[in-house]
Amino acid sequence: MKFGIFTWDEIMNKFMNTFFVILQRDLIIAFRNRYELVNPLMFFIMVIVLFPLAIGSDNALLTQLMAGIIWVTALLASTLSLETIFRSDFEDGSIEQLTLANYPLTLLVSAKILAHWLVTGVPLIVVALFVGYFLSLSSATLFALFITLLLGTPILSLIGSIAVALSIGLRGGMLLSLLILPLYMPVLIFSMLAVNNATVGLSIEAETYFLAGLLILAMTLSPIATAASLRIRLS
Amino acid sequence: MWKFIHKYASPKVFYDLSLKLSKWFGIACLFFLIIGLYGGLVMAPADYQQGDSFRIIYIHVPSAWMSLFIYMIMAISGGMGLIWHTKIAEIIARSSAPIGASFTFLALVTGSIWGKPMWGTYWVWDARLTSELILLFLYLGFIALQSAFEDRRVGARAGAILALVGIVNIPIIHYSVEWWSTLHQGPTVTKFDAPSIDTRMLIPLILMTLAFKTYYATVLLIRSRSEILQYECNTSWVKQLIEGKSV
Repeated sequence: MKFGIFTWDEIMNKFMNTFFVILQRDLIIAFRNRYELVNPLMFFIMVIVLFPLAIGSDNALLTQLMAGIIWVTALLASTLSLETIFRSDFEDGSIEQLTLANYPLTLLVSAKILAHWLVTGVPLIVVALFVGYFLSLSSATLFALFITLLLGTPILSLIGSIAVALSIGLRGGMLLSLLILPLYMPVLIFSMLAVNNATVGLSIEAETYFLAGLLILAMTLSPIATAASLRIRLS
Repeated sequence: MWKFIHKYASPKVFYDLSLKLSKWFGIACLFFLIIGLYGGLVMAPADYQQGDSFRIIYIHVPSAWMSLFIYMIMAISGGMGLIWHTKIAEIIARSSAPIGASFTFLALVTGSIWGKPMWGTYWVWDARLTSELILLFLYLGFIALQSAFEDRRVGARAGAILALVGIVNIPIIHYSVEWWSTLHQGPTVTKFDAPSIDTRMLIPLILMTLAFKTYYATVLLIRSRSEILQYECNTSWVKQLIEGKSV
């Protein structure tokens, strides 16, 4: 098959190259400012500490609530770190160059979202599991927590990127949380159903499949919506 | 055909037409409202289990229906605004949001007023209540996003994307919340073969639904008229209109 002077393979190669160039660029920028990467993790641990202070140090009660607390806190931490997907690019104008580039914006945006998940989502999962292990959650609960966070946090990044693209440069993070928290609720519900099932020894298959389905839906649709939002925001 | 649509999509023609239309919708609304309320509050028999307190459904159920209906209208007209850049579609999406949010709020409030004697508490963490509450959050997010933009047209397009994302999410939210917990009674009207509701109770309900629909149309048109004036404040016909009024 030929498109203009290029074959299909050449086009795909070019697209994949561009994808990895953007991914690499964002990862390098993130690691040069690595102290900023630690902030969401610090926030996560501090909020986890707040709960026992508020609820009391009753160990049985805390163990029962801890998986939910970990998930909600991870969700909040990822909400707070979302803005960094586009903020520095928006401030220095490179996002405008991306929209003008000769490649589909959807592709470039997906690379940026993936990079953002790798530098904020993955460390968050590791820390969450560590915290869960440290607070003596059962191994089945920990496993469910791991699976749901692994499937859930990319959904959060994907849905969040739409709202970030819409609200970037507007009045701060409050608006952003207003926009995305309602959209996050299904992810939280299914993750917690799975975790609760695991705690009482039931299968978590159904919820896992549903989360995976949501992830695929988010992967296919939200880069398109994010690209459209960016174009509107910059128009 | 297209000429016809383009003619009514022009803000000036819409502005003139909407005055007449809103009057007629308003009259129809009053008509349905009076008959529906009389039928619902006076003529319909009391429920064999819930007594007279069931009568709140004549407000509660239509407003719950309207809350979803208006969100659909908002998202569809927002999408039309995105695709064809028609001002009227953007204006309809923008003016629908506060009305939809009020209906959602009304459904929640009447629901919890009814819930106090029936379930013994104002609020339970039930699937439908929770998804209605999430719908209210979606509306508020839409309004907040639109009002954050200084340029109305950019705001309208950003809001449209958010509304479309919401439309994809509403079924997911609905079923996830349903799975999570349910206490609310099942639907009694939309069962097609035989609605499990008495006809004398059903007819006022339908009338009230019509009243709410026409109320929405009336208020929507009135709101859009003021939105049109703000959108078009730099055009000659609005200037003429204002000068004509002030003289």
